[in-house]
Parts: sequence; structure tokens; C-alpha cells
Amino acid sequence: MTTRPKTDGAGDASREPTADSQWPLWEVFLQPGSGAPHEHVGSVHAVDAEQALQNARDVYARRGEGNNIWVVPTRSITASTPDDMGPFFDPGNDKPYRHPQFYKAPRGVRL
Amino acid sequence: MSRADSSAAAQPRNDNFQYLLRLGDDRLVLGHRLSEWCGHAPILEEDIALANIALDLVGEANLLLTLAANGEAGGRDADALAYTRDAIDYRNCLLVELPRGDFAVTVARQFLFSCHALAQSDALRQSANTDLSGIAGKMHKEARYHVRHSGDWMLRLGLGTDESHARLQAAVDDLWRYTGEMFLTDEVEQRLVAAKIAVDSSTLEDPWKTRVLDVLKQAGITTPEVVWMQRGGRMGRHTEHLGHLLAEMQVLQRQHPGATW
Repeated sequence: MTTRPKTDGAGDASREPTADSQWPLWEVFLQPGSGAPHEHVGSVHAVDAEQALQNARDVYARRGEGNNIWVVPTRSITASTPDDMGPFFDPGNDKPYRHPQFYKAPRGVRL
Repeated sequence: MSRADSSAAAQPRNDNFQYLLRLGDDRLVLGHRLSEWCGHAPILEEDIALANIALDLVGEANLLLTLAANGEAGGRDADALAYTRDAIDYRNCLLVELPRGDFAVTVARQFLFSCHALAQSDALRQSANTDLSGIAGKMHKEARYHVRHSGDWMLRLGLGTDESHARLQAAVDDLWRYTGEMFLTDEVEQRLVAAKIAVDSSTLEDPWKTRVLDVLKQAGITTPEVVWMQRGGRMGRHTEHLGHLLAEMQVLQRQHPGATW
């Protein structure tokens, strides 16, 4: 049989080699309400962006939890490693002046 | 239909009841068929997706059968209609009662039905029965997602591997002869069409065909030629499969009538 064209689409991840027999992984970000920031809620397997969107809707928004969904290929996310913890975060621990609590709020300003 | 109900005064009520049963039974039976996939779908995400669609359909059936029961003199409720009627009293089309088959059959059946449900619910939003038009609004929203999800899978299977393509073609070939029944109309429906309550089913065929043939073409699936369309469900003449489905669905209420938990 002749080869048929694959469905195309932005973010098509179907040609990405995967380590196991699973479809590529996508991270799901859900906006709980209008104007609210999108929050990471979990991940789904899908062969392309449209399927990832549908799977995210079915797995994470089926009870009306949100009003907008982002899906991002997991491979597109660069994460810091546990080894980075020292150099990345420790220097912040001894610099309390980076927090705003030393400033006196003017009277009448609600905190 | 009982003898007492055949009087002229009872006819509008009876027409309404019959019509709501058709709408409700289509969804109840298909919802039950889909629920059979729970725990068996190809991947976890699709398992949840199929269960979601099943719950949408059973929820729609609950509203429609409740509306049917409210208009009935007998004092039955939606549960009584779902769990105590025999196959001969079910009014669903044959398409929805066929066994779930493989995943391609489930996808194809869902797509063929949901395209019909989309056009039907769209029209029913204008129904003079405000309860029905309200339910139709909800059904239309849900049908839009069902068409999107199943239509997507039609393309994936049709354009996927040789095996997925062959299975989808076989599914469409097998199911096609059951599609004509969705567009049959009769006197019951026509009386309700005149009262602006129902939609004439025969008018839904063109929009259905446009959408379905377009997707079949995109998916590389050949449209089957059919000489005879199966029918009978609307009159209670069902395939052998509905009896088995109902036996499973109704066993608890049959053995323990009125049981609650």
C-alpha cells in the first residue's frame, strides 16, 4: 500500500524518538479563572498538539476546573538539576534585605 | 402504546413521550456501550476521554427521560424508564446498540452518531418545548466536542498505519447500513414538527453527509455503497445485541427492584 501523508500541525511531536513505547509527553498548564496565571497541573501522552490539548481537557478539566489550557512538549522545558540547588538558591538565604519587610509602609497603605 | 392512550386527547402527550424516548434511548444505549471501554481503552488518556463522552451521553439521557417521564401519566421516573423497559419498548436506532467492536468501530460509530447529534441538537435549540430546547443547548455543546474528538481519531486511524486504515475502512463499511435510520421520519415526528417541537430528521441528512463525507475523504476512507439501510429500532424491532446490553445494564434493578445506595 502507498504511504499516506501524516497529519501535520504546529508542535507535531510524532517524529520525536522516544525512549519507550509511549507517545511523547506534554506538560499541562491550566488557567483556573480569567486573568489568573496558568498553573502546572500534570502531564499527558499525545502524538501532537491537538491531541495533547484534547487529552489535557479530558484528564484535567473535565469537571470545569479552568477556562484555558496550555500544553507544552516536555522536551521543550529546561529544568534546573538537584546539583544546581546550592549555587542557584543558597545565596538567597543570607540576604534578607532582598525582602521588602524592612521598609515601613506609609500609613494608610494596606498590606 | 396502551389502548387508553390512543384517544385523540392523549395523542400529543404520547407523541412527546415517544419522541423523547427516541432521543433519550439513543444516548442511554450509546453511553452504556462506551462505558464498556472503561479500563480497556488503548491508553489512559483515551480511557478517560471515552468515559467522559459516555457520561455526557448518559447525562443527556437522564434529562431527556426525566422530561419524558414528567409528561407521562403513569408516574414513572427516568430510572424506571431506563431499568424496567424491555428491548421491545426501547426506541433507539440500531446503530448505537451494535457491539463496541474494536477501537476503530467505536471511533467510527461515535463520529457517525455525533455528527447527527450535532445537527439535531442545533435544530432542537429552537424547539417550542422550552425544556427540550434547554437540554438541546447542553447537548449541542457536548456534541461539538464529541465530533471534534472522534473526527480527530477518524483522521489518525485513516492516515495512520496500514492496519489502522484497514480497520477503520472495515468499521465504516459495517456501520454504514445503520446510518440511514437516523434520518427516517414518521407521523409521530411530523405532528411534532408541525407543532414546532421536533426537527424533521430527514432534513438532517444533508448537513450530516457534508460533514461525514468530507472527513472520510480526508481520512482516505472509501464511502461504502449501500443498497439497503437497516431500520426497526424506532419501532422496537432491535438486533439481538440490545437484549444482552439491557440484561447487563438492568440486572441490579431487576433483581432488587427499587434498590438504592
